Order: sequence, then C-alpha cells, then structure tokens
Amino acid sequence: MNQELILQLSAAVLFLPLASFLLIIFFGKRLPRQGDAIGTSMLGLALLASVVILLAKLLLFHDEVLDFTFTWVDFKSVAGIGPLKIDLGIMIDNITAIMLVVVTLISFLVHLFSTAYMSGDVRYSRYFAYLGFFSFSMLGIVLTNNFFLMYVFWELVGISSYLLIGHWYEKKSAADASKKAFIVNRVGDVGMFIGINILWANYHTFTFEKIFAAIAGGQIPYDSNPWLTAAGILIFCGAIGKSAQFPLHVWLPDAMEGPTPVSALIHAATMVAAGVYLVARTFPMMTADALVFIAYVGAITAFISATIAIAQNDIKKVLAYSTISQLGYMVLGLGVGAYTAGFFHLVTHAAFKAGLFLGSGSVIHAMHNALHHQGDHHTDAQDLRNMGGLRKKMPVTFWAFLVYTLAICGVPLTSGFLSKDEILAGSLAFGKLTGQTLIPVIGFLVAGLTAFYMFRIVILAFLGDHKDPARFEHLHESPKAMTIPLVVLACLSFFAFYSFNPFGASSGWFFHAVERPMTAVPNAVAAASAEEFEGVLHESHVTAMMLSLSVAGLGILLAYVTYYWKKISAEKVAKALPPVHAFLLNKWYFDELYGATAVAGTVGFSRVLAWFDSKIIDGIVNGAGSATRLVSFASGKFDSIVVDGAVNLVAYLAGFFGLLFRKIQTGKVQTYIAFVLVGVMVFFFIYRIV
Amino acid sequence: MSFTILNVGILTWMTFLPIVGMVVVLLLPKTNKGAMRWTALAVTVFQVVLAGLIYANFNRGMTGINSAETMQFKELFSWIDIKSVAWFGRIHIDYFVGIDGISAPMVLLTALISFVAVIASWNIEKAVKGYFALFLLLDTGMMGVFVALDFFLFYVFWEVMLLPMYFLIGVWGGPRREYAAIKFFIYTLFGSVLMLLALLALYFSVTVVDPATGEKLHTFNMLAMMNPANFEPGSILSGLNTYWRYVAYIALFIGFAIKVPLFPFHTWLPDAHVEAPTAISVILAGVLLKMGTYGLMRVAFPIFPDAAMYYLYPLAFIGFINIVYGALCAMAQKDFKKLIAYSSISHMGIVILGMTAMNTQGMMGAVFQMFNHGTITAMLFLIVGVIYDRSHTRGLDDFGGLMNQMPKYSAIMVIAFFAALGLPGLSGFISEAFSFLGAFQTFRWLAVASTLGIILTAAYMLWTLQRVFLGTLPDKWKELPDINGRELVALVPLAIIVIILGIYPAPMLNMMNASANYLVDFVRGGGGLTLLGK
Repeated sequence: MNQELILQLSAAVLFLPLASFLLIIFFGKRLPRQGDAIGTSMLGLALLASVVILLAKLLLFHDEVLDFTFTWVDFKSVAGIGPLKIDLGIMIDNITAIMLVVVTLISFLVHLFSTAYMSGDVRYSRYFAYLGFFSFSMLGIVLTNNFFLMYVFWELVGISSYLLIGHWYEKKSAADASKKAFIVNRVGDVGMFIGINILWANYHTFTFEKIFAAIAGGQIPYDSNPWLTAAGILIFCGAIGKSAQFPLHVWLPDAMEGPTPVSALIHAATMVAAGVYLVARTFPMMTADALVFIAYVGAITAFISATIAIAQNDIKKVLAYSTISQLGYMVLGLGVGAYTAGFFHLVTHAAFKAGLFLGSGSVIHAMHNALHHQGDHHTDAQDLRNMGGLRKKMPVTFWAFLVYTLAICGVPLTSGFLSKDEILAGSLAFGKLTGQTLIPVIGFLVAGLTAFYMFRIVILAFLGDHKDPARFEHLHESPKAMTIPLVVLACLSFFAFYSFNPFGASSGWFFHAVERPMTAVPNAVAAASAEEFEGVLHESHVTAMMLSLSVAGLGILLAYVTYYWKKISAEKVAKALPPVHAFLLNKWYFDELYGATAVAGTVGFSRVLAWFDSKIIDGIVNGAGSATRLVSFASGKFDSIVVDGAVNLVAYLAGFFGLLFRKIQTGKVQTYIAFVLVGVMVFFFIYRIV
Repeated sequence: MSFTILNVGILTWMTFLPIVGMVVVLLLPKTNKGAMRWTALAVTVFQVVLAGLIYANFNRGMTGINSAETMQFKELFSWIDIKSVAWFGRIHIDYFVGIDGISAPMVLLTALISFVAVIASWNIEKAVKGYFALFLLLDTGMMGVFVALDFFLFYVFWEVMLLPMYFLIGVWGGPRREYAAIKFFIYTLFGSVLMLLALLALYFSVTVVDPATGEKLHTFNMLAMMNPANFEPGSILSGLNTYWRYVAYIALFIGFAIKVPLFPFHTWLPDAHVEAPTAISVILAGVLLKMGTYGLMRVAFPIFPDAAMYYLYPLAFIGFINIVYGALCAMAQKDFKKLIAYSSISHMGIVILGMTAMNTQGMMGAVFQMFNHGTITAMLFLIVGVIYDRSHTRGLDDFGGLMNQMPKYSAIMVIAFFAALGLPGLSGFISEAFSFLGAFQTFRWLAVASTLGIILTAAYMLWTLQRVFLGTLPDKWKELPDINGRELVALVPLAIIVIILGIYPAPMLNMMNASANYLVDFVRGGGGLTLLGK
C-alpha cells in the first residue's frame, strides 16, 4: 500500500459521512427505515477504512507525514508580497490516523445505538442526516493540514452541534440550549479567527507546516515574542469554546437537551475533544507563557466543573460536568508539556465517556419506558434520586457502566488509569520544573472528586433499592443495538489496547506513535524541552501513581460511606453548608453572571441604539425635513404677506388715492376756479412770509 | 475585446433591452397582465443569458480600472457634441461603456437579481402595466450604472434609477409608502447634487486631446479623470493632496455613502425596505446598495487616490461602525423586514472594511461580499415576503414553530440564515473572511473590534430563527401553506449559487483578481503618481 492510496482512502473516510448526509437529507423519507441503515453502514465503511489507514500508517510509514495539498484560491502576484495563494489540503500523521479511528468508531457505535434509542422519533431520518454531517465536519478537523480548513470545519461542527442539540426544537429549553451553544462557541471561534489573522498577516499562508517552519526559522509575528504568545493563546480560544473550558464552559451542560446518543458522540467523545486536538496540532507554536496559560485554564476548568458535578442530580448533567472536568485534564496535560499523555487521555476518555453517556442513555431509555408504561409523565427519567437498584434489571448496562466508571476514576487495569496517571505525573514534573505547584495540587484534588461523584452515580442509579417498587417491575434491559456498543466500549476501556504493561503506557505502541513534536518557538520563550521534561517526569512517576491511587481510593470510599452505607448524610452536609451547596448546585452562578452582564448588556445596549437610531439619527433627518418645510412655510407666508403684500399695497394705495382724488375731479368749472383761487392765495401768503 | 449581436454591443443589449421591454409593456392592452409579466420575464431571462455569455467570454487577465485598452466588451461612440456653448466652449460627451473585474460581477448580479425580482413580482395585481414598465426602467438604470465609463453617462443612469424606485415604493408599497418613498428620493437626490458638483469640478479640470481635431477638450471620461496628467495646471482639482481635491472627494463620498448606506446616512433604508413590496426590497438590497460601494471603489478611489488614502482610516472606522451598529440595531428590531434591513447595513460595513484594507484579499473580499450580500440578502427578503404574503404580518413575535408547518420553506431559510451569519461552506463566509484577513493587515485593532459583528450577527440571526421557526406553532397559523413552486423558482437558484460559491469561489474570484490587484496597486501607489513616473 502506498501513500497515494492512504490519502485516497482518507478522502473516502471524509466523504462517506457527507454522502450519508446528502442521501438522507434529500431522500430520507423515501429510503427504507428512513435511511438509518445507510448512515450506519457508511460509518461502518469509514471505520473499516480508518482502521486500515491506522495500521498502514503505523506499520508502513510510522514516522512520515502524508500530505496532499491543492491551490484553492490564487491571488496571483500581489504587490509587496509576490505570488499569493491559499493552499488547502489534508495531512496524515500518527495523531490524525488515531483520531480517524476514534471518530469513526464512536460515530459508528452511536449510529448503531441510535437505531434503537431514537426509533419512533418525529424526525428520525433528519437525525441520522445530521449525525452524518457532524461526522464529516469532525473528520475534516482531524484531517486538515491548515488553519483555514480547520476554522471552516470548526464552525461546521458548531452548526451540526447546533442542529442536534436543537433536535427537539419544539421545546424552548432545547432551542435555547442550541442557540447558546452556537453563540458561546462563536465567541471562542472569533478569538481563533483573530489568531489566524495574525498568522496570515505575517506568513501569508495557512498551512501548519509552513507556519511552524517559518517560526522555527526565526520569523516571529511583528518581530515580537509577545505577539507569538498572543497568537497561540488566541488560537487556543477556539479550544476554550469547543472544549468547554473556563470561562466558556457554560454551553456544554445545557447541550444535554439534545438526544443522549448525541451527547455521547458530540458532547463527550469527539467534538469537545477537538479543542484538545487543536492544541496538540498547534503545539509547536506555543510559547512557554502560552502553555502556562493553557495549563491554568485546564486546571481551573477541571476544578470548577468537578465541584459542580458533585451537587447535580440529573445523571446527564453530572456526566456533562465530568466531561468538562476531564477535558480540563487533557488541556492541563498539554499545557504542562505532557503532550502524549494529554492526547492519550483524549483517546481513552473518548471510549469510556461515550460509554458513560450511552450507558446513561440506556438507563434513561429504560426509565422512560417504565414511566411511560405507568402513565407517569411527571417523574424525571434522568434524575438520579428516582433511580436505584437498576443493576438487577439491567446487568449489561451496569457492568459496562462500572467499567467506564473505574476507567474514569483511574483504577489500575483500565485505560483511564494509564492516561490519567501520565497527566498527573506530568503536572508534578511541571510543578517541579516551573514552581507552579498549584497545577499538580488541583490535578490530584480533582482526581479525588472525580472518583467521588462517579461512584455517587453508580451507587444511586444501580445499587441499593429502587425508589418506586411498582416502577421497578417495568424496567428492562435495553435491546441489542444498544447493549452491543456498550460492551464494545467497555472492552476498549481496558489497558491492553494501548499498552501491554498495565502500570505504564510509555512502553506501549501509543506512546511510541505519538511523540511530543519539536517546538518551533525561539529558545528564549520555549517551555522546558522534551528531554528535560522526561527526566523530571521519570522521577515523579512513582509518586504520582501512589498519590493518584490514594486520592481515587479515598473518593470511592467516601462515596460508599455517604451513599451506600449512609454513614454520612448528604442532606445534612448540604444543610449544614447552605451557601456552599447552593453555590455548587447553581453551577457557581456562571449563567446568572453572564445573563446579567454580557447578555443583558448586549440586548439592553441594542435597544438603546435602536432608540438612538430611530429618535436621534432619524430624528435629525426628519427634523431636517420638518425644518425645510417650516422654512418653506415661512417663506411662503413671507411671499404671500410681505412680498405680495407690498405689491398689493402699491395697488391698494394707487386705488385709494385714485378714489380720494376722484372726489375732487367733479367736472365743474366753478369748483376748479375755487381750487385755483385757494391755491394762489396759499402760495401768496407763503411767499409773503418768506 | 468586443462582442456584438446584430452589430450592437452586448453591454448595450444588456442595458437597453429593458427599455425595449418597457415599450412593449406600455403598448400591451391594459387587461393582458399575463403578457406583461412574461415580457418582463423574457427580458430578464435574456439578460441572464447575456450575463452567461459575458461570464464565458470574460478575459480574466485584463486589469481595466483606468485603462481603456484593458476594458472589456467596451463600446465608445460620440453621444453629444455641441460645437460652441457660451462659457463651456465645445461640449463633447461620449457613450462609453465597458466592464472590468470590478464591474463584471456587479453586472452578473444585476442580471440575476432582476430575474429573481420579476418572479417575486408575479403576484402584483395593482396597476400591473405601470409596475412592470417602471421595473424595467429601473433595470436599465441599474445596469447602466455598472457599465458606464463616462461620468456623465454614469450620472444619468444614477438618476434614471431614482424615479422608478420612487414610484415603485410610493405606489406599490405598504401603509407608510409615501413617507418612505419621499425620504428615499430626497435623500438620494441630496447625494446626487453633491456628486454633480464634484462631477462639474472634474469636468472643468480635466482635458484630453481630441484625436480628430487636435484641440484640447474638457471631458467626462472617467478613465481620463484617473490620470493626474490630464488635469489642467491651475484648474481647481489639479495637483495632488490639495484642499479642493479633498472637498471634491468628500462630495462624491457623501453621494455614494448615502446609497451604501453608511452611518449616519442610513436611516432611509429601514423605512424604504419596510414599505417596499418584496421584489423591490430584493432589488434595493440586492443591487442598489452595491452602487454605493461600487462608486466608492470604482469611481471615487481611482479618481482621487490621494484623498482616498488620506481618508482611508476614517472610512474604515465608518465601516466598523456600520458593522457593529447595524448588528446591534438589528438585534433590537421586532419587525422581520426591518431586522434584515439593519443586517444589510451591518454586512455592507464589511464591504467598506474590506476595501479600505487596500490590499488584495481585502479588495477581493469586498467585491465578493458585494456579490454575496446581493444573493444572500435577496434570499432573506424573499423569505420575509413569503410569510408576509401568507400571514400579512412581519412581527417576529407573532410567529413560532414554522419549521414543522412549512418544511421546504424552512430548509431554504436555514441556508439563507446560515449564509448571512457567515457559516463556512456558504459564500458569505469567504467574502467576510477575506475582508477581515485584508483589514487585519492594515488596521489591526479596527479589524479586531469589527469581529464583534461576527458574534452579534450569529446572535440576532439565531434569535430570529428561534422566534419565527422553532418552538410551537400558534393556532392561527395552522393553515399556512408551504412555499409554492413560483417562490421556489426565485429562491433555489440563489441558494445553489450561495452553496457553490461557498465551496469553490474561484470562478468568481478569478474574474475580479486582476482588477483588484491593479486597483490596489494604483490607489496605493499614490494614484498614478508612480504610474506617471514610469
């Protein structure tokens, strides 16, 4: 198999889901089973092709980068720059190949799961069409070799997420959530767009490789290292939006309004991981300052969302916050320089978190059916407080869910143990190298919190007794189409797929395939080199493992004490600390804060401006019109009264005097003689006096 | 390059065919409404075919802008030649038309939008004869503006277009149509007067040698005005960077700015749009607004490159205000049509931002944005028209849940809305992105501030979409029929263009590339100063 073929195959992987989208959107209603089989099989084919690509890449071209580039727009010869064109294209390196498999695998499983979960839905075929469109956009992000296409697909996943969150758009909450997701993401996207602008303005290309080469060659944006840092941070803004990092994390919990398989695919495994992928892709251009910024964003995110997750009662909400928290881990990992570990956590998390969501989907599906059977339309099928004891009725779901939970808690033998441990070790090494000790402290604290809230779900939902014995009788295990994906994902949550050594991933194929790339930034602003980092990392490894195992153990123990053995009453704790509980329950009041500032501010300002526009600006225009009319009225009056008045006055006076003098024109000679006499006498006297 | 049909140039066909159509419409018996509609349709279809010919035969390597040699499809005849007039001397005005990479996309757009507008006018029942006669006259005026290379001719077409627009809004419009029509007319006329003054100042400053007689003649030839060597020494506009050149530039600028419309000259637009019938809104937003930016870019910039460079930053700043102010005002509207009108103001700001960047990406982004805004906003107005025809209201809060009631309509709507909010894969994104990429190179912080518009646009567009199409359907709209065949014929071609150009914009960008590069060079180079030195 040669490189050409691999590239062609990857193009096929990219366009198969698009074909699925087009077929279903145009012919959905007329296709058998509304096209779900087409969508699923297209993704199945894409998965097969992706596996072939991965194997070929790793076995035949392990250290090469496959690239295909074409000229999309040619600006010809441009003054001051010379020939200018926009080249677009795709590239396949090891992380691309791995991501292709991750995306197509999860997408395929979600397609399969959805055929059962979504059956009977009002817009069943539309749903599958959008799933295809999402997969296409996501694969585009994975395959692109340049910032332009990255941004294009970045926004396209945003829109497919919008369409899928708002799948049940009749519900206001769903419509609101989809809108919120898109707009909040756009805020991050604009930051990324500005970052791309900086790069384009300085390098006149979008291609990753060329930009990194230029930076490595000493070409710095505007000849200033702070600009390079700014470019990195701005690009990372895209990740803050898409990967739901603080402070733009608020959209993800609301996104749970979408169908649960969508939450698994988009809002847990793939799309939200795109931000992490972006950081991994652009890692070479990140300066030390940018990386510290990234690490802190990740740490803050991980901490905030883990604390919120503890207080939530909606199973999907807990998982949503747990996702944000884990994404924070990945970002933290990349930020501290544990590149491979951060990306590794993305991959392992994709499997077990997709599993957790699909598992919760299976639970909700069962709860929903049972409630429906009872004619109960008030009880919330997603509320943990209404569940309990599901283990006996849904064994497959339970065991799978338990495996995922162990993985996310970082219990040995699971994939999560391998990846999380590497990140924590990395954070410890980072703390030692830079003195930023807060990062590892938060890292370990969050590990404990994670174990606690995850076991809280397991205990509340699956163990103990069910809330309502009558309902319990109507609960059933989900159909095969739903349980098969659960089992597959549970298998993938074991260590063996990634490394044969259950206590360390660094010897496995994954760490061999995904190596931290050389940094391109000048030495003065570069983070600790890979070698230096590795050295310290090696020392921290055992400490990290011990620490992480103990905090995870503590978390699990605490969850059992509180929710299973009920030695500590969660209610009492909540009551004892009302402000803390309310603070966590209300998600640190971020929504309220943004609602009162950004949203209300914008809407209020827009109203003020609209008023200003219609009253002041248009007022001036209308005022000018009225003033003109006033002047014309006045000049009309002036014309009719003064000018025409003067004319009429002359005529009147002439008439008046005519009338007056007519009186003396009597026609009688005697009168005239009398006038003459009087006149002569008057003149005579005048002259005499003079 | 010339291209003739029956010995008449293709651009003359393009421009005056509607006049022929108008005469036919006027001669038809009053009762035969169908024939009038079909006449108008035939004319515009023919224009579209001609536009196709222009597209196919357009030489992508020729620059145009200021050289008659590289203008394409040009026609040059002596039009008015009066030997001796008191004070003026000999008056010589040419019929001079031709297109380059800046005007060609506008000609294509005009043909396309006119065709779409005829289809959207199909349901006009009031005084059909008058309507289509005026419509076709308007068509001539629009086309003329984009092909004229003689300033006098340009001015004539500019004014010709005013009159039919006035009646089309004032007679066939909504409840406040008279107010809106008068406002539109007087506002534009105000700008025209300033333009006329600048035009006369240019006329008396510029001379060329008549090749036939060898005498020096004042001229209205726009291309001659772009060469500083043609300005008589000592005339009012001679030299570069003089006080009067700045004044003349600002006079031209205001004339064009009113048309764009730029803040603070924009308030006629929402009123005119709200009152105008659907098809006229489509024309207004689709073509008329572009005349303003076209005039600035294609006329004012190259004639006064010195002033253009001098006022570049203030102009860019106005572009920024348009973007953000327009978007914020749009967000506060409760009337669907008014919202789209304000969104136009915002989107035209991007054109200004792109062209003031004065580099290739920005300039091409601006021209492309003019084209894309034409197609996308035309779609948006058609979309408003469709529900207004059915429900007789445009209140955003009167609707909800139309997505389920009118699925085909909603599908088209989704494309138009997403194109308007700049979604990649649709044409609006590319032109916006290019404009920003260009602007960022020239005005870093202004471009960054303008990106606020990207977020605001997404917000008001999605909010509108939610209010009208999502949620639950009010009972009173349970009977609303879905979009019909005629409306689809108007919308679908636009949607296809929006998608194709969104994925592969090269066909359109290639047309404008040479001219845009040259224009940037020309204006940046201190306006021919460097060219003159060569």
